[in-house]
Amino acid sequence: MLYIDCPYCGSRGHEEFTYIGDATKKRPDSAEKSDSAWFDYVYLRDNPRGPHLELWHHSLGCREVVKVLRNTLTHEILGAGRPGDEIAMPDAETER
Amino acid sequence: MAEYSVFSLVRNALTGHKNWQRAWRDPEPKPSYDVVIVGGGGHGLATAFYLAKVHGIRNVAVLEKGWLGGGNTGRNTTIVRSNYMLDDNSHFYEKSLQLWEQLSHELNFNVMFSQRGVLNLAHSDGQMDRFARRGNSMRLNGVDAELLDRNQVKKMVPHLDFSEEARFPIYGGLLQPRGGTARHDAVAWGLARGADRLGVDIIQNCEVTGFKRSGNRIEAVETSRGTIGCGKIGFAVAGNTGYLASRLGLKLPIESHVLQAFVSEPLKPFFDHVVTFGAEHFYLSQSDKGGLVFGGDLDMYNSYAQRGNLPTIDHVMRAGLAMVPSISRLRLLRHWGGVMDMSMDGSPIIGKSPIDNLYLNCGWCYGGFKATPGSGWVFAHTIAEDAPHPLNAGLRLDRFERGHLIDEEATGAVPGKH
Repeated sequence: MLYIDCPYCGSRGHEEFTYIGDATKKRPDSAEKSDSAWFDYVYLRDNPRGPHLELWHHSLGCREVVKVLRNTLTHEILGAGRPGDEIAMPDAETER
Repeated sequence: MAEYSVFSLVRNALTGHKNWQRAWRDPEPKPSYDVVIVGGGGHGLATAFYLAKVHGIRNVAVLEKGWLGGGNTGRNTTIVRSNYMLDDNSHFYEKSLQLWEQLSHELNFNVMFSQRGVLNLAHSDGQMDRFARRGNSMRLNGVDAELLDRNQVKKMVPHLDFSEEARFPIYGGLLQPRGGTARHDAVAWGLARGADRLGVDIIQNCEVTGFKRSGNRIEAVETSRGTIGCGKIGFAVAGNTGYLASRLGLKLPIESHVLQAFVSEPLKPFFDHVVTFGAEHFYLSQSDKGGLVFGGDLDMYNSYAQRGNLPTIDHVMRAGLAMVPSISRLRLLRHWGGVMDMSMDGSPIIGKSPIDNLYLNCGWCYGGFKATPGSGWVFAHTIAEDAPHPLNAGLRLDRFERGHLIDEEATGAVPGKH
């Protein structure tokens, strides 16, 4: 089990959450006309091996969206907060 | 190296099995090769085999960071099928299935290909309609498919839950009789031996750590066993494509996820086909050793870890019990995880990359094993001719940008849903 420190509920098992995905993707402005900006947003991912900023929906808890920093190689959870929070990346000794 | 035959078996039996030769060499890497394939799984080995056999390109190295078949080739549930609906997938996977049908003979190595039939269960009228549509598409594309009603399924697989209490009553199913299973380790070993006999260098314990670039080309790969020059380079590294691409500054429409698989303690033969549950993600077959082999959903979060988590195991077991209640007291012998390169439309990517001499073979999602020979066949063609084979023309990388997705499940750009 992964334990995610929900900023509203405290530490909860990950089976209460629904994974949303990469938290670094920003939806382009709706006036954005270039196909490449939308292509990048919809399809391309950094897919890092190491720390990964991601969004989880606390669907069986407070139903808020939580931002989590998690290592994709070890599954270690390095931090969690609200979607607007800045979560500090660890020093880059782990692989990108 | 000698051909395997009944005579070589008898001769070696009479001499106490002391004279068997190794199945492939263990060469030191040369300073450079015409083609370097990164990844010594089924796909990389099949690519090298067909490069040498069909295209006459024999100055080829396959670089493997661990041991042959230690990645997803040895971590799948060994299922082979070609029951796809969309044209780009259908023709490609059917070619692959045809290659499977002659693979043991072609390799002089028994890959234990067993065409025991793959049955997808339906649990509603809507699902039956959908299967009828897929079956018709398959038949129009020359692929075998049979729509079975409830009684036909019951006759074929009596162990399923046909009781009144079944949470998901079985309405029928879609059968591909030519589908089945193969022995996955034998596939890696047979292809390695076949490629080696044609002159391909298979280099194990050789991890690619970086690249030497010159303009828009890759001149050489840096590895744990030194720098190796390359004329052309192909990636066949499944879940680690994202990592290698990041080393080259490439962003791909891929997320890496972990998928778990399981095998039970061995039983006497009782489950004769490959059966997939239509109400949940679950599939079951029985190996020749007697263990029930099964798998389910992804763990659903990005992962490079090759190991999964308990809630998913619980979920898979529940699905299994709903489909085959009689396995309730069976014990699990082993379980493991593999890293899937989940593409954004659920279909693979085989083709050229934005770098001139780099070719990509990735995005296999749940289903790379069945594609092993077909993947090697078209990837070898793509590398040799610097242009895709007609069978992978639609599987190109730029299909996402052009909007020509091959989304078999129609679930959109959410990797976990495929």
